[in-house]
Amino acid sequence: MYLLIIALPLVGTLVTGLGGRWIGRKGSNLFSTTCVVLCVFFSSIAFFEVGLCGVPCYISLSPWISSGALNISWGFLFDSLTTTMLVVITSISSLVHLYSIQYMEHDPHCPRFMSFLEIFTFFMILLVTADNFVQMFLGWEGVGLASYLLINFWYTRLCANQAAIKALVVNRVGDFGLSLGIFTIFYLFGSVDYEIVFSSANIYTNYSISFCGFSINTLTLIGIFLLIGAVGKSAQLGLHTWLPDAMEGPTPVSALIHAATMVTAGVFLIVRCSPLIDLSSDVLLLITLLGSSTAFFASIVGVFQNDIKRVIAYSTCSQLGYMVFVCGLSYYNVGMFHLVNHAFFKALLFLSAGSVIHALSNEQDMRRMGSLANSLPITYAAMLIGSLSLAGFPFLTGFYSKDLIIEITQISYYSNLQISFGVYACWLANISVLFTSFYTFRLIFLTFIKNTNSYRKHIENIHESPPLILIPLILLAISSIFVGFLTKDIFVGIGTPFWGNAINILPTSCNLLEVEFMPSLIKWLPFVLSSMGAILAYTINVGVLKNNIQFAHNHLFRKLAFSLSKKLYWDKLYNSFIVSPLMYFGYNISFKNLDRGFIEFVGPYGISRTIKNWSTKVIKIQTGQLTHYTFFVIFGLCSLLLLVPVWDFLQFLVDVRLLVFCFIALFVA
Amino acid sequence: MQITNLLLWTSLIPLCGAILLIFIPRFYSHLIRNIAFATAQLAFIYSILLWLCFESTTSLFQFIYTINWFPSYNIYYTIGVDGISLFFIILTTWLITVCTLISWNMPDSQIKEYLICFLLLEAILIQVFCVLDVLFFYIFFESVLIPMFLIIGVWGSRERKIRAAYQFFIYTLAGSLLMLLAILTIYFQHGTTDIQVLWNINFDVRTQILLWLAFFASLAVKIPMIPFHIWLPEAHAEAPTAGSVILAGVLLKMGGYGFLRFSLPLFPEASLYFAPLIYLLSIIAAIYASLTTIRQVDLKKIIAYSSVSHMGFVTLGLFSFNSQGIEGSIILMLSHGLVSSALFLCVGILYDRHKTRLLKYYGGLVQVMPIFSILLLFFTFSNIGFPGTSSFVGELLVLMGVFQFSPISTFLSAFSMILGAGYSIWLFNRVCFGSLKLQYITNFQDISRREFCILFPLSVFVLWMGIYPEIFLSEIHCSSYNLIAYFN
Repeated sequence: MYLLIIALPLVGTLVTGLGGRWIGRKGSNLFSTTCVVLCVFFSSIAFFEVGLCGVPCYISLSPWISSGALNISWGFLFDSLTTTMLVVITSISSLVHLYSIQYMEHDPHCPRFMSFLEIFTFFMILLVTADNFVQMFLGWEGVGLASYLLINFWYTRLCANQAAIKALVVNRVGDFGLSLGIFTIFYLFGSVDYEIVFSSANIYTNYSISFCGFSINTLTLIGIFLLIGAVGKSAQLGLHTWLPDAMEGPTPVSALIHAATMVTAGVFLIVRCSPLIDLSSDVLLLITLLGSSTAFFASIVGVFQNDIKRVIAYSTCSQLGYMVFVCGLSYYNVGMFHLVNHAFFKALLFLSAGSVIHALSNEQDMRRMGSLANSLPITYAAMLIGSLSLAGFPFLTGFYSKDLIIEITQISYYSNLQISFGVYACWLANISVLFTSFYTFRLIFLTFIKNTNSYRKHIENIHESPPLILIPLILLAISSIFVGFLTKDIFVGIGTPFWGNAINILPTSCNLLEVEFMPSLIKWLPFVLSSMGAILAYTINVGVLKNNIQFAHNHLFRKLAFSLSKKLYWDKLYNSFIVSPLMYFGYNISFKNLDRGFIEFVGPYGISRTIKNWSTKVIKIQTGQLTHYTFFVIFGLCSLLLLVPVWDFLQFLVDVRLLVFCFIALFVA
Repeated sequence: MQITNLLLWTSLIPLCGAILLIFIPRFYSHLIRNIAFATAQLAFIYSILLWLCFESTTSLFQFIYTINWFPSYNIYYTIGVDGISLFFIILTTWLITVCTLISWNMPDSQIKEYLICFLLLEAILIQVFCVLDVLFFYIFFESVLIPMFLIIGVWGSRERKIRAAYQFFIYTLAGSLLMLLAILTIYFQHGTTDIQVLWNINFDVRTQILLWLAFFASLAVKIPMIPFHIWLPEAHAEAPTAGSVILAGVLLKMGGYGFLRFSLPLFPEASLYFAPLIYLLSIIAAIYASLTTIRQVDLKKIIAYSSVSHMGFVTLGLFSFNSQGIEGSIILMLSHGLVSSALFLCVGILYDRHKTRLLKYYGGLVQVMPIFSILLLFFTFSNIGFPGTSSFVGELLVLMGVFQFSPISTFLSAFSMILGAGYSIWLFNRVCFGSLKLQYITNFQDISRREFCILFPLSVFVLWMGIYPEIFLSEIHCSSYNLIAYFN
């Protein structure tokens, strides 16, 4: 049964991808959806057995790569972390499959789409079930491939091509980090299996390695490399640029890959490696700084975006920041809890956005929407639930994890806990709450409440989406309300035995208790902030300030708004400072000047030209006159006789290096 | 026929085929094709038999066959295989089969000499990989030039081919002369050229350094390492498809094989001494060639430059002096033999249909050539070392091995992972995705059954090597451990 969870998506992708021509659109829809739904069923059982009953399962299939001390095998590890991820992946994936049947109805390449979704699910499952780093790397790269193919699904569009290449190459930077992390792990532990690495990590805390001339603690180095991997996949600050662009893909793809599952792989990696990462305080500091900066940066950029999907994409980026920095504070289970909750409400938001886009004949700009609440009531309800959950409205799913994260940062203020960088995270997290609430309600108001700005042609065609689109929305809405409440005690309850050995929970993690004893004024803070954000969004977009936008003409504000809507020029930075110089080097320097210049000059052409030049010169000496020849013979003999006595003196002047110069001079001549 | 003669037969079959073809009149072109194909197939089957009969638990040479060639001078012609050379022989026989198939549609007037060249090349290449005598190695190593020179010079595509052929010839010959001098030195000092004897001789360090340099000059040109690489893009761009396949697939491996067979075990101290040099050149190759690749517009040159970058990884692994690095290099060489050959075949398929190799004219081919696009996608991702394909196994092992020797080199060379993804995906995207350029593309034909039958086994093998490389690694283990023993 455990292997079926892995095998079914593979079967699904092979049948729909290679046999789509024969089984047709309906056949492939039915087959692939059935496969994933079966997967949900099996992974629920796995969740029950492994997670709730506490019986981890380990399956070893066969050796994979072996050489010397290195032994990598095909093995699968099902512990509570894996099964939690499995449930999330398969359930979101099956709902997205269901949704896409209707959403992609008019696309001629439906079987291909299904097959890509399925191959993504397969690689994602492989990623979470791996029992060693290399096999996880396979899943890690595989989801990158699936993401490339899915973003590029409408391959004739130049934007889609660019976004897909960008996603793949930027992700590859992360993969570069992860693979270096794997090499370092093998160097230190002599193995890449989770169990060996994690159980022996304690022994190696004092080892250091000389790297780039510095002596670095090896575990810190591993942590930094793994962090680079996580940053790439989870779109943290620095490598986040691919995520907003990836919205060029079809909306179900954004929901599945760029919100619920693939982008959380980085967080999963950090949580999975918690026994390693926890041993290095420097890495924890880095993770916290990066995560909280991302949360802040993405939320403030999200405020100034106008594309409905991009707003949600930045929101994803920001929420991933939350997950990452809470891991940096060593509360891995809380990060995992937010990951699960976020998957549900963010998939809901994306799918609702898809429903809106579907209804409006593929219009994505929020400024051209409005008043949709009456025409799309169910979509509106779903979107509202998702937004409230995202904003952390009390007792919805998002509240339980997000509020907990913020409260955890608050306790950093207690001097006895000694988490100084938690204060930084605390400030940014609280400010981000305000912006999160602002942009998500701005989205709601612009799309559903404000007077419409849409074309007449579009308005006439507005219709509530068909049932196959609504069913996933309703199911996700229900889970966006209840999942957090139902699973809080399992995931982050005090003293919960759920995680077992899957996550490293430090003894200090009883700080979770501290959270319960905070002053109630501070506990109210996130709610107050998000309400403020919502009210602000209301006043600016539909309320009193709607027609009174004097502040928008302020010079400083315009500058700020402009640079934020340009995403703070990250793309520009990369293009002009990294990509262009490399491209310039690749053509002008390495190709034109060296390969086609210097090397050819000293190499084949230089030699052939020199030989030609000298032979023409030598030919001129061959005059055929005996007198000339006699002259040369006598001249040579005389100089030889002259040189021999003074050679002892001359040999001090002759140097091998001089000969090399003479040789080069031959070419120039 | 005895099992012990299996290797001899494998190497003789293509030669017999070539001789047979000489006596068949040009008129029977179909017969000529069939005979060449059958010969290549037979050699392939024999090499597979070689693998089946191979004993993986020993590092000694197997299927040894000896002729006392020059009795008074103590020079023996000896052939034999061990774990290192076994797969190179199979790679050769397979790729020659592929070459005979891919050239099926050549004009009848040229096919005879063309196929004779390939069969001769096969016979020589098998000799290179199994001969156990340095002098004979040199002879066969050089003889490869003759058929290859003809293939590029006669059947190349453009006028520039003569220049390319000469460049190829000059580079290789200039390097090899030094190797001949080194071999003669060895012979006059120790009175033998049999490597099994030579492996047990300790050269003093100064001699080792000089001899190593002489060997390096020849092998580095073949691999090619960075300052000696410029013949490669030229030769590839001008050679016919089958020529490129054999050039990238097998000829480049001769350099790596030479390092494994001679430089490392004969001159261990010198190898350690020169390892930093090799590392420097390899890292430069990995990054510099990748950067150059990004800006190329000729499909064949893109793949040729990416070969330079991959070969940088191979040399890195060879000089990491541990089992991961060396086995990784062998796997990477085999994998590169399959993947880059397949990519050249793909380019050849495009060239057959559209008569251009410039990237500018391609776009949106997935709409007219879906099966081709799938295969190209597969091989492109193999080229960037996607896990689950053979290149990944090679790159992973190489980098793991190098990390133990020099972490910073791993760090630097791993940058080509990013750049490699850049140029490969860019190539694939430009060719297959985007809108269909109807003004240039007028031929709407997906790959034919023959072409599919060529590419599909390659893809299966690449996948197999990626998912279960144990079957190859287990044959290599003994020989590579034996090789490492020279450094402990």
